[in-house]
Amino acid sequence: MSPLSRRELLGTGAGLVIAFYVPRPARAEAMRPKAKTDPNAFVRIAPDETVTVELAHSEMGQGNWTGLAMLVAEELDCDWSKIRVEHAIAAPAYAHLEFGTMGTGGSSSMRSEFDRYREVGAMARDMLVRAAAQKWKTSAKKLRTENGFVLHGTEKLSYGQLADAAMQLSPPKEVTLKKPSEWKYIGQQIRRLDSPEKITGKAKFGMDVQFEGLRTALVARAPVFGGKVRSFDASRAKAIKGVEQVVQVPSGVAVVANNFWSAKLGRDALAVQWDNGPAVDSEKLFASYRELAQKPGDEAAKPKGDVDAALTKAVKKIEAVYEAPYLAHATMEPLNCTVKPSGDGCEIWVGTQFQQVDQAAAAKILGIPVEKVTLHTPFLGGGFGRRGSPRSDFVSEAVQVAKAAGVPVKTVWTREDDLHGGFYRPAFLHRVQAGIDAQGNIVGWKHTAVGQSILKGTMFAGMMKDGIDPSSVEGIVDSPYLEGVKATQVTLHTTENAVPVHFWRSVGHTHTAFAVETMIDELAQAASQDPLSFRLRALSGKPRHAAVLKAVAQLAGWGTPLLKGRGRGLALHESFKSIVAECAEVSVEDGEIRVHKVSAAIDCGLAVNPLAIAAQVQGSIVYGLTAALYGKITLDDGKVVQSNFHDYRMLRLPQMPHIRVALVESDAKMGGVGEPATPPIVPAVANAVFALTGKRLRRLPLELA
Amino acid sequence: MQLEVNGTVREVDADGEMPLLWVLRDVLGYTGTKYGCGMAQCGACTVHLDGKAVRSCVLPVSAAAGKKITTIEGLSPDGTHPVQLAWRDVDVVQCGYCQSGQIMSAAALLAQKPNPTDEEIDLAMAGNVCRCGTYQRVREAIRKAAGGEPGAARSSK
Repeated sequence: MSPLSRRELLGTGAGLVIAFYVPRPARAEAMRPKAKTDPNAFVRIAPDETVTVELAHSEMGQGNWTGLAMLVAEELDCDWSKIRVEHAIAAPAYAHLEFGTMGTGGSSSMRSEFDRYREVGAMARDMLVRAAAQKWKTSAKKLRTENGFVLHGTEKLSYGQLADAAMQLSPPKEVTLKKPSEWKYIGQQIRRLDSPEKITGKAKFGMDVQFEGLRTALVARAPVFGGKVRSFDASRAKAIKGVEQVVQVPSGVAVVANNFWSAKLGRDALAVQWDNGPAVDSEKLFASYRELAQKPGDEAAKPKGDVDAALTKAVKKIEAVYEAPYLAHATMEPLNCTVKPSGDGCEIWVGTQFQQVDQAAAAKILGIPVEKVTLHTPFLGGGFGRRGSPRSDFVSEAVQVAKAAGVPVKTVWTREDDLHGGFYRPAFLHRVQAGIDAQGNIVGWKHTAVGQSILKGTMFAGMMKDGIDPSSVEGIVDSPYLEGVKATQVTLHTTENAVPVHFWRSVGHTHTAFAVETMIDELAQAASQDPLSFRLRALSGKPRHAAVLKAVAQLAGWGTPLLKGRGRGLALHESFKSIVAECAEVSVEDGEIRVHKVSAAIDCGLAVNPLAIAAQVQGSIVYGLTAALYGKITLDDGKVVQSNFHDYRMLRLPQMPHIRVALVESDAKMGGVGEPATPPIVPAVANAVFALTGKRLRRLPLELA
Repeated sequence: MQLEVNGTVREVDADGEMPLLWVLRDVLGYTGTKYGCGMAQCGACTVHLDGKAVRSCVLPVSAAAGKKITTIEGLSPDGTHPVQLAWRDVDVVQCGYCQSGQIMSAAALLAQKPNPTDEEIDLAMAGNVCRCGTYQRVREAIRKAAGGEPGAARSSK
């Protein structure tokens, strides 16, 4: 196989540098037959010694910009200071090895790429060494590499000097990767590579895309989900200075101006009459969910034993209903997408988690081949799932706007648009009946979940089995607490309404962990057992889980005296192949719950960059804590009540608890770290409030009054 | 109207009511200052006006005329302001979108109070939202920039 140039590979324009390309390793090719005609371009070495790593995933804060570069550097043996990273352009070569399309989600960047990015580094190193062997007319076996150089006795050649010659060589069919004992970067605390540009304002997010002739559009959308434009009057909007066009698109009416402010004033002045959709109302919705939960739904997992008989025989039985509202992602960078029609194609800049899905959606709208859509990924100002849209909702809209306006347009959402815009974490209700025997063993668990499906009707609908969306019941059907329980029944009522729902950091686990772990705490109380001892008993036979629990107990000083007015609560949850336990220490001040300290322990298997893992655990806890204390999107007669950060409250620095993180080493397969620390914080706080006040909080957000 | 941004006087043709944020971004091309809420609720748009931290998304540009405006691009020529150095050292950033505003708020605080108490840090930074949840490292970095020991982050009570 001859190496292809970047231009040939990706069909992009100028800017070709002298470089060489490493295709996917032979082993992976065998698994994915398409790869042969579709080789990869993951690393580029230039004569100026820079090593550029092409990122197949989106950097949205989680740190894969640094983490994936570490994997390449580990095997390439290059100089870390010469590493550069860029988001790969949308192309099949960069498809997620499990998703089959480019994607960033499911806390999977590091674990899905652990082999591929290391192999790419090893292949590049092999080619450099062979190029050096040719120059020195010696055997490659006699050479070694160090920090960006190939060495031969006292002689050395830099990777930059060898890049040209190396690109003429065929990639090796096989490479041998370093043993863990030889690792230089993996396992080390490595600071982020994107800090310098992010602390100087130089980092370019989608919102920062600017070029001559680019216009800004704001879209007026239906105030009630499912609504349509009946008619509109643009005369006042067009009178605003800077407003150039007002165009109708499928989702509403777009005001196109030569800057954001004019577009906003124009949209404010727009008069639109809407045909509203059906009016969803949060109160009525939950009333209907409570009613539905009285009867079992569709079987979500194979039932075990006779749960009704087990519950009848139980020494103690608890029945409780847990409720979780709709939640918006509220990424700090509001949604935006820049579309530039050019000749017979189009160029797009968008902070997305699904590059090829968006690319295909754009091509379909424009009626052009996918290859004619060049999609660039700038930095993402937060994603949390919102920027991975199976329906390409905000990208499709931006393409429609540019198509209707006939000029390059950046479609920007205001914060109000973002909070009103749907694609929320679905509202869910869980009714759980559980019983214990005299020793405190769980003998029966009957669980009825009620809520909308995220996957139904999307390109991921194939992941559903027998009408069950796994994301509705994840964290219940695979709960480590239920594995050893002899009588269980988990059923699901999948509801439908006009409110679009979506992946939200840790997806179904956000509400299932709350239900399961609060019930576990209720059972511990019913058994009159210490919450830690009760959990350890329930997890006997699960040594990894027990180790994580013990680690968090030690970190938190579980069982040691607390300051007056403080309470501690525990929770453990497994998601994305990682196990996280958290202990929250709370007080009540002026009727509000205040979280002072959080201890967290995580077993994610191999820890590639502990500094990044600690950051993700801290950040995930803040994300979950914000939801636990404040998070709620409410619909009142079809309209979303909350509109901006004054009424969709965020955790801020004064409310920030001190978080300590323990990494629990294990040789388990690598798990994710971007999401798994979010689910347990919600029940940990609720359980701490119970320990302090005796009040069991079963509805989110957690409110005492 | 004339605006002095990062030490350079620029002639600007804009409506006096237009928020400073959009003049900086859309008219002058300083994209380091971010839009997050448009109502002074998140702090992503924080810049310095005569050395004081202000939310540029609600400040009419006419109110900035005749004053010294400093944006993240002008905080230091090369990213070596003590706050920026501490930010790198403590590895604060995640997505990075709010960080221009966080850094501008922190720099304004330290200019006024070189050795702030925990409560003063809380107060000065309460207006800056970070959805990635970098707050603990923000606290550590501010203490470090102030000459304190990093890693000694305590809860304020």
